[in-house]
Amino acid sequence: MTTSIDVVDGSTDSPYALTHLDALESEAVHIFREVAGEFERPVVLFSGGKDSIVMLHLALKAFAPSAIPFSLLHVDTGHNFPEVIEYRDRVVAQHGLRLHVASVQDYIDRGVLRERPDGTRNPLQTVPLTEAIQQHRFDAVFGGGRRDEEKARAKERVFSLRDEFSQWDPRRQRPELWQLYNGRHAPGEHVRVFPLSNWTELDVWQYIQRERIELPEIYFAHEREVFARNGMWLTAGDWGGPKDGETPEKRLIRYRTVGDMSCTGAVDSDATTLDAVIAEIAASRLTERGATRADDKLSEAAMEDRKREGYF
Amino acid sequence: MTSSTEQSAEQSSATTLLRFATAGSVDDGKSTLVGRLLHDSKSVLADQLEAVEHASRSRGQEAPDLALLTDGLRAEREQGITIDVAYRYFATPRRRFILADTPGHVQYTRNMVTGASTAELTVILVDARNGVVEQTRRHAAIAALLRVPHVVLAVNKMDLVGYEESVFAAIAEEFTAYASELGVPEITAIPISALSGDNVVDASANMDWYGGPTVLEHLETVPVSHDLTSCHARFPVQYVIRPQTAEHPDYRGYAGQIAAGTFRVGEGVTVLPSGRTSRIAGIDLLGEPVDVAWTPQSVTLLLEDDIDVSRGDIVVPSDDAPATTQDVEATVCHVADTPLTVGARVLLKHTTRTVKAIVKEIPSRLTLDDLSQHPAPGQLVANDIGRVRVRTAEPLALDAYAHSRRTGSFLLIDPADGTTLAAGMAGESFATAGAAPARDDEGWDF
Repeated sequence: MTTSIDVVDGSTDSPYALTHLDALESEAVHIFREVAGEFERPVVLFSGGKDSIVMLHLALKAFAPSAIPFSLLHVDTGHNFPEVIEYRDRVVAQHGLRLHVASVQDYIDRGVLRERPDGTRNPLQTVPLTEAIQQHRFDAVFGGGRRDEEKARAKERVFSLRDEFSQWDPRRQRPELWQLYNGRHAPGEHVRVFPLSNWTELDVWQYIQRERIELPEIYFAHEREVFARNGMWLTAGDWGGPKDGETPEKRLIRYRTVGDMSCTGAVDSDATTLDAVIAEIAASRLTERGATRADDKLSEAAMEDRKREGYF
Repeated sequence: MTSSTEQSAEQSSATTLLRFATAGSVDDGKSTLVGRLLHDSKSVLADQLEAVEHASRSRGQEAPDLALLTDGLRAEREQGITIDVAYRYFATPRRRFILADTPGHVQYTRNMVTGASTAELTVILVDARNGVVEQTRRHAAIAALLRVPHVVLAVNKMDLVGYEESVFAAIAEEFTAYASELGVPEITAIPISALSGDNVVDASANMDWYGGPTVLEHLETVPVSHDLTSCHARFPVQYVIRPQTAEHPDYRGYAGQIAAGTFRVGEGVTVLPSGRTSRIAGIDLLGEPVDVAWTPQSVTLLLEDDIDVSRGDIVVPSDDAPATTQDVEATVCHVADTPLTVGARVLLKHTTRTVKAIVKEIPSRLTLDDLSQHPAPGQLVANDIGRVRVRTAEPLALDAYAHSRRTGSFLLIDPADGTTLAAGMAGESFATAGAAPARDDEGWDF
């Protein structure tokens, strides 16, 4: 019952068809330039993780041969992988960028935030993040969030309006039509912008491979002292692990995500090259966050609840 | 492991991307179809399936409810409904897909408009037992209005009508006649059972009489790109790149995403609305010089003359420039909760340009059930589709939406609080079968 045309084989697509990576890259660059054109004080959230590294790479291409017209913001949990901080500082210096750091440790030292019993600091990032946004009067905040990461994120807009308390209300999101992004906001409000919304984990890795983007070493298999907690391998360190009954051991592992050391798990892996990492991800039967993030498992709506409060 | 590794090698080659949307009424089985597509294409990973199995068990269901894969928000799980568009991602070795999963409720027409606005294909579900119903016609009308190039009619629940060819043929015929009248350029009807998996990913053993593609085969093979050489080329300027460094003292590039057609170095161009002319001196494709670029590439244009060009301007070929106008006639879908009234002062965002505007007239409101025009409704409320006349403070280079989804579309925005009020499409609302441009020369340009 096909009417009007014969089914055309996908391989005969017009030479004008873009590959999926080219299409995603073009869309992300368009989003960066829209923000540069419409906002006064944008900032890029930069953790040194692969998604924010890809964001930075896209921003560099979007404005070449000019410099990126944004500064960077790192919400530092104080429980960082040293390799990642080293990478962050090197990239900032290399491209002459301006980096703001909002420190969870400062908030704890000042008594404004209290350490959680489980030692996890990811949920504690919300207050330093939102206060940094208010203090610097950032009106657009780029995040590396992808909709494939988590079911609440599948509902997130590319331009996501946040109120003066940085809150996300999924029921009051603006419809997002065509490529016409509406970034209007009242003073005190801001817009979270997600240029990688339509990318998947595999897209990010394929793009890193294609563009030969350098990554912190923890993304590749290496021997490291880890211990088991809640079914994940965690790196031993000053942050409070291992505890009684947990024994550290040397294992060949790598990380799929970068976050707070206390809740970001490693996976057993011998993937030392990009090709090997991509093959491993394509064969994996676990999602990125399912495999490595303890904080998403706190409840069925853990991410939605944190996003409502202003988390990224 | 070997097969997955081979698949990944294939996936990392140059596959194309298809954006599509689903539409269907509450009980047509849309969530089941989406769940089935994700599940049978092996796009659901173990931890996601485990979460669905856990949630299904805690609700007292025996089998995992695949519909739960697509309900992401707390309120959606509590109420068992979908309240907002969600985007899903999956891939096969042949192609990668972005699915806009849109709710089917009548009151969420705006969500279907949202999903359809970026889709190159829409899957409309009907229940084989009920055939073409009012909601089916509404979905077909929205797909036609938004000018989605490909429409798939998925006749679902074939298992409940004994897999009878005659049932399918009658529904397909009725739908095709209706949708063709609306100007839908391509309709593919597929008999399926989302629940048991017939013709979704794998060909059905129960319907030997059907010789066409499964839903997934069709999604993998439908052409995603059209002959662009005949499209009117349009380049909205997003941002001016001026490094002013020792290395690039005189670089002045106009950054943007090509909205339609192709641009070549050496081509004579006009900048609208000013009407100034120049010639393309160079095109940078994200830092690499190229001779030719096409939609939807993000590029930077360099012009031979140092003329005044800024964000909001549109660069077009000098021999193919659209007229500029301050009087916009369009069809809008009203997406806000507060009504749109005659005399309302609004902002109009067209490509990269936002201008003040006033709603001069609302000549009619569309009744989606029978496509009749209700004259002079006075206002449009949420989910209404109507004709409007809008006067803008500055001239716009607006194409007919029929010619370009990108440069024929606009938003109306509330200047007070920034709310998106309406989605606008310039020019005639529906293509009619007789007046539809022939696919070969005009195409569906988006």
